[in-house]
Parts: sequence; C-alpha cells; structure tokens
Amino acid sequence: MIKKINFIVSGFFLLWLIIAAIPPNQNNGIKASIQRGEKVYNKVCLPCHMADGGGVPNMNPPLIQTSYVLGNKTTLISIVLHGMTDRVAIDGDYYSNNMAPHNDLTDQQIADVLTFIRNSFGNKASAVIPSEVKAIRQKN
Amino acid sequence: MKNFILMLSIVVLSSAMVQAHTTSFKDSTKTKNNPIIPDQDNAGLILPKGFGALKVTDAYGKPRHIAVTPEGYIYVKLARLYNGNGIYLLKDNNGDGRVDEGMGFGDYIGTGLALKNGYLYASSDENVYRYKLNNQHEVITPNKPEEIVYGLLNRREHESKSITLDNDGNLYVNIGAYSNSCQVQDRVPESPGMKPCPILDSAGGIWQFKVDQLHQTYGNGVHYASGLRNVVGLDWNTQTNTLFVMQHGRDQLHDNWPNLYTVQQSAELPAECMYEIHKGDNAGWPYIYYDQFQHKKILAPEYGGDGKKTAGEDAINPVIAFPGHLAPDGLLFYTGNMFPEKYKHGAFIAFHGSWNRAPLPQEGYYVVFVPFKNGKPSGEWEVFANGFAGKAPITSARNAHRPCGLAQGPDGSIYVTGDNKGAIYRIIYTGK
Ligand code: HEC
Repeated sequence: MIKKINFIVSGFFLLWLIIAAIPPNQNNGIKASIQRGEKVYNKVCLPCHMADGGGVPNMNPPLIQTSYVLGNKTTLISIVLHGMTDRVAIDGDYYSNNMAPHNDLTDQQIADVLTFIRNSFGNKASAVIPSEVKAIRQKN
Repeated sequence: MKNFILMLSIVVLSSAMVQAHTTSFKDSTKTKNNPIIPDQDNAGLILPKGFGALKVTDAYGKPRHIAVTPEGYIYVKLARLYNGNGIYLLKDNNGDGRVDEGMGFGDYIGTGLALKNGYLYASSDENVYRYKLNNQHEVITPNKPEEIVYGLLNRREHESKSITLDNDGNLYVNIGAYSNSCQVQDRVPESPGMKPCPILDSAGGIWQFKVDQLHQTYGNGVHYASGLRNVVGLDWNTQTNTLFVMQHGRDQLHDNWPNLYTVQQSAELPAECMYEIHKGDNAGWPYIYYDQFQHKKILAPEYGGDGKKTAGEDAINPVIAFPGHLAPDGLLFYTGNMFPEKYKHGAFIAFHGSWNRAPLPQEGYYVVFVPFKNGKPSGEWEVFANGFAGKAPITSARNAHRPCGLAQGPDGSIYVTGDNKGAIYRIIYTGK
C-alpha cells in the first residue's frame, strides 16, 4: 500500500517536474512561430523553393528532409542571412541558381521561417529562436 | 503403297512447314513496316484529335536534347551521367517503336545534340564535340570524339550549351548569362544593374563556329548575336535560312523590385520570346525586357525602368511573345510529311514549365505549336501536347515530367524528351 502511494506521489512529482521544465506557452509559441513563418515563406522563399518545398530540379534545391534543413542551425541561419552560391552537392545533387542574402529579414522573421520549414514538408526538427539568429548575425 | 503414302505425307508436311516458316518470317518483316501502335493512354498525354503517343523509354536517366537518324535510331544527351555515360544511342529491334537496346558513351553531362552530314555533334557545359558516323549512322569511335569548341564559360547558372547547325558548315552555340539581370549582386532586392553589363563579352548570346575545325574557342568564333539572357531551344529554319531561338526571360521582377511590380505582374512578365536572328543582332538583355501586354520593349528596373519607360531602340523585336516564365527548352521546325498540312514548316516548342509564377498556378509543362507561312507565324500558338505534369493546377515542379528536347523522326513523327523524371515520348498522327 505504502509502495503504491509512494509510486503515485513520485509519479505526480515527476509530472510536475516536466511541466515546470517547459517554459509557459512553449507549444503555443512554436505553433505561432510556424504560422508567422509560413507567411514569410510564402512571400520570400516560395518563389524558388515552391509551394511543396520541392524546389525546382537542377535549379533550386528542395527543403524536404535535406541535411541542411534538418541539420546544424548555425549553418541554416547563415544560409538565410548570407545567401548561398557555393554550388556544393546538396544531398548528392547540384543546383544552378543563386540564393540571395536575406539579411533584410528580422531575427524574429528568420527564426519563424526556419521553424516553419523545419516543421513542414514532412520535416520534424527543433525550433529556431530569435536569439540564435541574433548571435550569428553579430558574428559577421 | 503404305510406304508411298508415308513418304507423301512427309513431303506434304515438310513443305507445309517450310511454308509456315516463310510466312512467319514474312510476318515479322511486315510488323517492321506496320504502323506503330500508340500507348492505350497515349503515354498520359493530351493531344489534338487524330494524334497518338507512346512512351519510347523511361530507362535512361534525364534526357535533354535528342536527334533521330534515318534508320530511326535515337541519340540523346543526358543532364546527369547514367551508368557513367552522358550520351545514349537507343534502338528498337522488333519494330514496335519501343527501345530495346541502349549503347552509352561520352563521359560528360550536357544538353546540346545534333546530327548532320555524317556526324553527331554533342555539347558538354563548356565544349562541343563531334563523332563520325558509319553508313548506319552509328558512332564509329565513341571514346574518341573530335573537340570542335572548348573553354566556353560555365558559371553554373544558365550553363547549358545548346547547339544547331546551318547548311553552310556553321555551328551555332548558345552561351547563357550567369545572371538574372546583370545586377551587381545577382537576385538581391534593388541591387542595380552593371553598366555596361560585363557578362555580354563572353556570354548572353550566340556564337558561331566552323563545324570542321578542331579546338576553336572565343577567339575563333563569331559573336553572332548578343543580348540574349539564356537560350536553350534553338533551330535552323531551312525555309528562311536563318536561326530561330527561344529566350528564357528574366525572373523576379517583384521579388527584387517590390515597389515597382506587384506579385501578379511579376508572375506574368516578361514574355518568353522567339527571335529570328541575323548576324549581329542584339535582343536587348539585360537593359530591356519585352512586355507582351503593352507590346513594347521596357527598360529594366535595374537600369532605371519603372515598368512603363520604353528603351532598346536598337534591339530586335520578338517574332512571338509567349506568357512569362514558361521556360522554352526545345524548338523544332517541322518538315515532315506525317502530320496534316497545317503543321508543315510550323514550329513546335517544348516548354519545360515555370517555377516563377506563384501566386498563379505554374504554367508550361507542354509542347506548343505555331503555324508558319513563308517563314512567319501565320496564326495563334496553341498547346499541342499537354499532360506532362498531370492535372492542373500545377504547384510542384519536382513531381512533373518536364518537356525539353524535340526531334523529328524519319517518318515525320516527333519525339519529346522529359528531363526531370526521365522519359522519351513519340507523337504520331494516326488520323483516328
Ligand atoms: C532566388 C531563389 C531563392 C530564394 C528566394 C530562396 N532560396 Fe534558398 N536556395 C536557393 C538556391 C539556388 C540554393 C542552393 C544554392 C547552391 O547550391 O549554391 C538554396 C539553398 C537553400 C538551403 C540549403 C539547401 C537545402 O535545400 O536544404 C536552404 C535551407 C534554403 N535555401 C532556404 C531558404 C529559405 C528559408 C528562403 C526564404 C527566406 C530561401 N531559401 C529563399 C534559391 C533560393
């Protein structure tokens, strides 16, 4: 009996710990960020990366499950801030267009659009927050 | 007597067998001359009444430009190596129109391909090669091409080098501009245009070379036409004895100049233009673009334009102005006898399809026909073959077949390549 109560109490305690660990509204925060990010995407990125995130073969790369979109946030943020004209293989394929720098977007807009692409087109990855963008913008 | 009957029946039987054998042999030769049967669903294409289509193959990677020999053998140039090869010779061995056998060679990727006077010509994104053919139009030494032209600019934007030949021993090569509108910073909002545009010295035009001289480069060639942003589809018109080209017009009027152009205007402007080219012509890129609604050459915003100011008095006018961003990748003047009279000497254009028309649905992904009389368009353009991208509205380029190369077969049927998902179609006239 005592064991059972102990179990229940520690269960509640664990739950409380978990809830306390999440900053308030984090889930809502991500949702809102994705929604704002979609607007930025449609206006700024969609002309090249297309409505389905599938890009244009040989020209503009897809944003579907690519190592850049799902990978290192620093690289991803720099691509949006500084553009990309490296002509490196992106998951085995080359693309022949130039992506211009988008440093006219705010830290918030860049965080939002990256959070959006990391959680759309079949992607699932952690959110990008404005302070991360800010840190990389200041470095250069 | 019994023996005699046996003998007789053996003779009769065996002669019947010989008969049967010859008939079946005759039959198989006959199938060779039999009309090709279209696929039940016309390979997914939507065609005018009386036409049918078959998928010749979808097994050889990403075919760009294509040519067909008098024997009906197909040569294709590939955008990516397939089993290490950049060119394939494809043969149909049983006469059903479908490819049974492929021979690969050429360890370089590219777009351009042409057959002329016993040679196959093919381009990488920097060079043009030629291969001598035997009397069956097969390459004799696939691993030892002659290098006709080398060292053409490849900055990996508009890098494909399309080719065509005239009847006087000249080769025409497109060298695309590695830029959208010659801005100081390519595709950066409000970045001004460079003046004069330095790209035009070595790209953004057509160069002419000799077909039979080895190792030519810029210094040996004639700068035949300039002010062409990027040409992929081009063909020599044997009626006018002139070069015709299809230009890919500029992108991103709104993205780069949001105060001057709405998204709607940017989706539709500028026109994709067909030009007839004479030596020395200038089509005006990057300083102007052609507005198909105002029917005018408009000063580009990078050079002080506002969407209304006209310019480019010295630039040629297009022969036809198509809607914006459709991306013409193949041009073919039809000289065959299979199709009805209206098609004779007219132009077929393969539109690769747009990516740049949002918020409108994407357009193109079809083959267009324009009737011609005496070397001039004699009627409106119409969609000839559609359905490459499936059902409208089209929002994805990734999942579409994208028409690229065009060729005419010896019987007058036409071949269309799709370089994205990889397919070669053949369109025939059946009258049914
Ligand atoms: C002018 C067309 C264009 C626009 C607009 C554009 N991109 Fe790109 N993008 C490209 C091209 C082209 C590349 C690859 C460049 C290379 O290979 O050198 C690229 C690369 C990328 C990559 C890395 C490669 C990959 O596929 O994972 C990401 C991520 C990306 N872009 C995201 C964005 C986002 C987010 C926006 C909007 C803020 C955007 N892009 C706007 C054309 C564009």
